[in-house]
Amino acid sequence: MRIACPFCGERESGEFTYLGDASPKRPNFAVDSVAGPEPAEDAFYDYVYLRDNVAGVMREYWYHGGGCRSWLIAERNTVTHEFGSVTAAPGAGATKLAQAGE
Amino acid sequence: MSGYSGSEPLSRTAALDANASGRAAPVSQSHRLRSGGLIDRQSPLQFSFDGKTMTGYAGDTLASALVANGVKLVARSFKYHRPRGIMTAGSEEPSALVEMRTGARREPNTRATTAELYDRLMANSQNRWPSLRRDFMSINSLLAPIFVAGFYYKTFMWPAKFWETVYEPMIRRAAGLGKSAELPDPDHYDKAWAHCDVLVVGGGSAGLSAALAAGRAGARVILCEEDSRVGGRLLSDGGDIDGMHAADWLRRATDELASLPNVRVMTRTALFGVYDGGVYAALERVNDHVAVPGPHQVRQRVWRIVARRSVVTAGAIERPIVFPGNDRPGVMMASAVRTYVNRFAAMPGRRVALFTNNDDGWRTVEAIQRAGGEIAAVVDPRGRAPAKYQAVAGLRDVRVLTGGVSDVKRGVDGVRSIVVTGRNGLTQQIEADCLAVSGGWNPNVGLSCFHRGKPVWRDAIAAFVPGDAPRGMTTAGAANGEFSLGACLRDGHAAGVAAAAECGAAGNAGEAAEACDDIYAISPLWQVKAKGKAFVDFQHDVTASDVTLAQREGFESVEHLKRYTTLGMATDQGKTSNVNGLAIMAEATGRTIPETGTTIYRPPYAPVAIGALAGHHRDENFHAWRLTPSHHWAAELGAVFVDTGLWKRAQWYPKPGEKDWLESVTREVLSVRNSVGFCDVSTLGKVDVLGPDAGTFLDRVYINTFSSLAVGKARYGLMLREDGIVMDDGTTSRLAEDHYFLTTTTAKAGPVMQHLEFCRQVLWPDLDVQLTSATDQWAQFSIAGPKTRDLLQAVIEPSEDLSNEGFPFMGAREVKLRGGIVARLFRISFSGEMAFEMSVPACYGEALARNLMIAGKPFGVTPYGTEALGVMRIEKGHVAGPELNGTTTADDLGLGKMMSKKKDFIGRVMAGREALTAPNRQVVVGVKPVDPVRRLRSGAHVVPKGVIPGPETDQGYVTSVCFSPVLAQWIGLALVERGRGRFGEIVRIHDPLRSEDYEAEICNPVFYDPEGVRQRG
Repeated sequence: MRIACPFCGERESGEFTYLGDASPKRPNFAVDSVAGPEPAEDAFYDYVYLRDNVAGVMREYWYHGGGCRSWLIAERNTVTHEFGSVTAAPGAGATKLAQAGE
Repeated sequence: MSGYSGSEPLSRTAALDANASGRAAPVSQSHRLRSGGLIDRQSPLQFSFDGKTMTGYAGDTLASALVANGVKLVARSFKYHRPRGIMTAGSEEPSALVEMRTGARREPNTRATTAELYDRLMANSQNRWPSLRRDFMSINSLLAPIFVAGFYYKTFMWPAKFWETVYEPMIRRAAGLGKSAELPDPDHYDKAWAHCDVLVVGGGSAGLSAALAAGRAGARVILCEEDSRVGGRLLSDGGDIDGMHAADWLRRATDELASLPNVRVMTRTALFGVYDGGVYAALERVNDHVAVPGPHQVRQRVWRIVARRSVVTAGAIERPIVFPGNDRPGVMMASAVRTYVNRFAAMPGRRVALFTNNDDGWRTVEAIQRAGGEIAAVVDPRGRAPAKYQAVAGLRDVRVLTGGVSDVKRGVDGVRSIVVTGRNGLTQQIEADCLAVSGGWNPNVGLSCFHRGKPVWRDAIAAFVPGDAPRGMTTAGAANGEFSLGACLRDGHAAGVAAAAECGAAGNAGEAAEACDDIYAISPLWQVKAKGKAFVDFQHDVTASDVTLAQREGFESVEHLKRYTTLGMATDQGKTSNVNGLAIMAEATGRTIPETGTTIYRPPYAPVAIGALAGHHRDENFHAWRLTPSHHWAAELGAVFVDTGLWKRAQWYPKPGEKDWLESVTREVLSVRNSVGFCDVSTLGKVDVLGPDAGTFLDRVYINTFSSLAVGKARYGLMLREDGIVMDDGTTSRLAEDHYFLTTTTAKAGPVMQHLEFCRQVLWPDLDVQLTSATDQWAQFSIAGPKTRDLLQAVIEPSEDLSNEGFPFMGAREVKLRGGIVARLFRISFSGEMAFEMSVPACYGEALARNLMIAGKPFGVTPYGTEALGVMRIEKGHVAGPELNGTTTADDLGLGKMMSKKKDFIGRVMAGREALTAPNRQVVVGVKPVDPVRRLRSGAHVVPKGVIPGPETDQGYVTSVCFSPVLAQWIGLALVERGRGRFGEIVRIHDPLRSEDYEAEICNPVFYDPEGVRQRG
């Protein structure tokens, strides 16, 4: 499998680490929430454990630990293993990348 | 196969030398033609088979040399120990498997048909005792009724305990193939990557045509050919191309490919796997054609080839016909007969019979006649020669019989005669010493099906052709069901042009070479039903009756058929047998062959040695090493090293006269506790956390607070995973307002860095913070013991104040060493003693170790290893890997109070779950045996006194143990239910693995200096 890192170019998949579905967003937990801790517990439970088992295109986190150490968001078809777009995570210099492209 | 022109074969052959045995040299090659063949008669090679010395020529395979020497019997079959000969001339060979080489290089199950001959090659037949001719186990043939399909499941069922003790050893002795070497492989193997636009798989007429087209167009091309030379069937069948002899065209084509700098031709390289994203795997047999690889050379190399497009021109495989006696030595595929005659100038027989159901088989008649052999008869169910041959002189006189071969009689070594049953049911016996068989051709669809694409049945050729090929792959030539030479050349050319164009290479690809398009007519015939064993899978001894028995017993699905009969499960993966098996099953169930379907194709296409897949990664190079900065100095001192992850760490430093590790470790601990010692802790993960938001960032990843940490101070920190379980711990120091220096455990250095990057890049991209891994940049030493200050003052500039006031406990700042180097100094203690950790740039690590030894001489400074480090941390009740084991919470470790309630942090919410805060959780405690001389062992279970140990009464287990020199007894840490309320309680330590059972006291995990006076001293 080959993954096109937006910083390093197309590289062998062994350089990357897989984390899984990129859609869950870490819930906010306000220490002084008036609603108490329970809504946060439910939201964190979903965030940590619940995942869709998608047969088809999925947005996934991949970490280029053997290269630029960027977290990437890649579209991958779980049926065919074909990759679609591979973009940098928000804090991985995506803005700079976009500026460089302009 | 390719081509069908009927002109001169590639190598002009001459009459068989019938009197060869009367000549001086070479004495043995009784079946070698006097001239012709792609062999080098100037380079005779000696070899031995079963101890008998024979001669062949450079260019021979072991199989062709055996054929040239008239050897027919070369093997005994897997199950019935039936005598077997050479069936094919390629990698599909199911029968002629031999043991090659001897000693550490002995390699079983080598196909004689792909083993290139070299001088003094030694090969032996396998699976026979005492000899190939008189094989004791051929009695299995008489026991055949019990060896039917599914016999493992039927015969050896009862009593169950007999399976391991009696049945399996017996079966293993009786069945099976060769013996592997029992010594370490002395050869080297390699792995390499290659990249190209167009990968062409197979160097026959279609593959050469594709490579020429793509190469001329300007694409970067790799052409892989498993044989030692390109040409494919052109080498055996010749033909006319572009008005010239095939040999001349082949020379011109290879010259042109060699002249193109963008084309790489790799011979002896067999593609065996197709993976996602255009990655292919191939095995290059670099030095299998010599006895021993030259110095600094590898024997085999596994290539991973990244190709944007591939053109598979892997040809086709001729299939046998299933009839009684079809496995006799001397029964050979018709195309293989032509290969031996034309390419190797070796005659498989003097009087050859042919059994064919298609036009292509008839070419064998020409080949034998031209070589001076005799055609005993041609058996063709269609009853007459193809129109093309009816006019050819010599062929007119050939005896053609309608019907099929219904038995093969065997002489001493091989075929003596064949029995032909005509359509009218009458039989006749025909003398012959070789039977050439052609049941048609199967396109080599394997590679195109590796991504679960199903092959498609084509009636015109009565064979499967590729269906949905993997993305980026096209098939061409015979592999695509194109069986004429002209079509192969055109198809390959078109595929090469298209593949190059898809890669953006649109140069002038020239014209496809031209050759004639002969008709390939076939009248499907799968089996001749008659009495006797008719083999479908030759390597696994699966017969036609096994297939029909499987059907009667309900194993109709092809996947069931395969597993019940083991059809196609041998090392040849059914290359010659699968389609015949399907055809027989189709007939038995009244379905068509495509309705019956195919089994799933999986890599590897051909056997690959594990050694080749491992490459250099074996023995001490199994994985990369990481050496600490002081490694060479420690090695000089005779340190014993231990692998921790990739690191090699000094475990202890034995001194002369010490009788075991325990004595050395005890001395090291006592030296630290009484004077001073130091230990290389550079393996700890180190991360520079920089930026205005560094403190906020650390507050979110640690359970405790770091934004409030004063500059110049260090703090112990604990991180959780998001599910609330402890991930890692370490000390983090604030070196400047916007600069923290974070440390991790050795084991988690990588995972923590990855986690921190995730937090920074994905969770909180708005924070202005940067992370830099600095693990390899700093050499770090722990310097511990009451004389630590004295030692440090000897290496640090005198102006630096190391007093309690000038450098208090948990202080952290840069200091200047004597000589000017700037070091980072941290007053932290893992050992419980007065201690510092000092970091210097990694390149100064070894020098620092040597200087500490010199400066510390007056205090008896002692280097200590990871064992002494471990002893001291257990004595102090510090947790480490065995306690941070992926099941424990902060509170389990006794660190619950560190969890801040004033902020969110990774794992905070989930750590509050009911089960993670239950009062009966197993928590870290100390344990010490009641009997003070008793040795404690980790892994032992803790149960209450007086109860029977078991899953219901289990209350925890011992995690870490050591012999404590200061307490003079074994002590340990354990995870025990409600343990912190049970100090002083006597429990039972139960260790069923080591058959130990004894009592121990639960106690405070801090065994040594619980008030922490010494580290603050």
